[in-house]
Amino acid sequence: MTFYEMLPLLLRGLGVTLLIVLLALPISGLVGFLAGITRLYAGWFLRSVVVVYIEFFRGTSVLIQLYWIYFVLPFLGVSLSAVSAGVLAIGLNIGAYVAEVVRGALLTVPQGQSDAAVALNFSAWQRLRYILLPQALANMLPSLGNLSIELLKATSLVSLITVADLTYQAKALADLTLQVGLIFGTVLLIYFFLAQLLAALFRALEKRVGRGLKRGGLQGG
Amino acid sequence: MDELYWDWGFALEVLPVLLQGAKVTLLATLLGSLLALVVGVVLALLRRSRLHFLRWTARGVIEFIRSTPLLIQIFFIYYITPEIGINLSPLATGVLALGLHYGCYLAEVFRAGIEGVDHGQWEAARALNLSRFHTYFDVVFPQALRAALPATGNYVIAMFKETPQLSAITLLEMMQLAKIIGSENFRYLEPLTLVGVLYLVFSLIAAIAVLLLERKFPPEGFRLR
Repeated sequence: MTFYEMLPLLLRGLGVTLLIVLLALPISGLVGFLAGITRLYAGWFLRSVVVVYIEFFRGTSVLIQLYWIYFVLPFLGVSLSAVSAGVLAIGLNIGAYVAEVVRGALLTVPQGQSDAAVALNFSAWQRLRYILLPQALANMLPSLGNLSIELLKATSLVSLITVADLTYQAKALADLTLQVGLIFGTVLLIYFFLAQLLAALFRALEKRVGRGLKRGGLQGG
Repeated sequence: MDELYWDWGFALEVLPVLLQGAKVTLLATLLGSLLALVVGVVLALLRRSRLHFLRWTARGVIEFIRSTPLLIQIFFIYYITPEIGINLSPLATGVLALGLHYGCYLAEVFRAGIEGVDHGQWEAARALNLSRFHTYFDVVFPQALRAALPATGNYVIAMFKETPQLSAITLLEMMQLAKIIGSENFRYLEPLTLVGVLYLVFSLIAAIAVLLLERKFPPEGFRLR
């Protein structure tokens, strides 16, 4: 089998990988922001629910969560397709890490900012939306960029629950053709390229967010 | 598909088997960590080499390994070693992959630790005419290690949580055993949940251990020799 004959299969796998990344990224972001903010500002009940979620998903590994959602949930009456199980497990797992990043970044905003917002009669939502989050965002973007790469890497695990992603196709082709070095080398390079792309995206976002802050004179660099 | 209940009898039956698997998991983590420490120190020093070529090679290797999936690295080593005439057991393959992968993370931790040592310390070592070796081993490393300890501990815990991936190359660790039990009995609920709980318990214990260790360490570092 020549490299050109393998290419269509690898590209199809790449498509599946990209699909899972594009679905899991927004889920992890949404869940992470909600959980991080809830952990800081909600009442004790919601707060403890979120703490359990965060600690549970950070304390066990993605693969266990993936298997649990794919193999155990059907026994509890919830059957998900392999792709949905993968997206859900990875989104929730990375979301737990995002939550801690969001919380940490919100805590670094000086107390005076919050006090000033209260003094100006901002509602809790306005204080968060217009004062705290814009400043915290600049601090959290580097960590969120790293987490997006962790998310990309985690998508390779869906190959273990029969999703035909890039890793799955690579292993299938390696088993078939035994051209191990070529296939895995190519696939590693593709993942590396995707990771660089995500890193570049987050660096651009960082620049974009940092610009407004500099103009306001709140933070340097 | 209608068994919604948790079967304690079955859970207690499979627990000893899973604990046997836990030994393999812990062994892989321990050996992987030791390898990662060595790889991490070597790469961190190469990153600071005077030779441009070595510096950039180390940087490229670290960046590449850190931003590609561990699972493919595991497969890569598993498939390529027999082709170049080396026969590794699944455990050895797993330890090699974990050690290399996390060694790259630790390299950045150690580098940050070394660079975090106050500039005055280097100048003082120079003023006292200490050799390069003495500067590193008596002045810089003790302080850098102290600073790197918390992050190192966290990466060891992270590595522990990635060991289930070794089930993909047939290593009989906890996860692989749970899957085998699950498919033999058509009951995944108890084995997979128990594995999750065991991981949670182990990583909580490890997190507390790292915290205690951190407190035990003198803030100014400690003598290496």
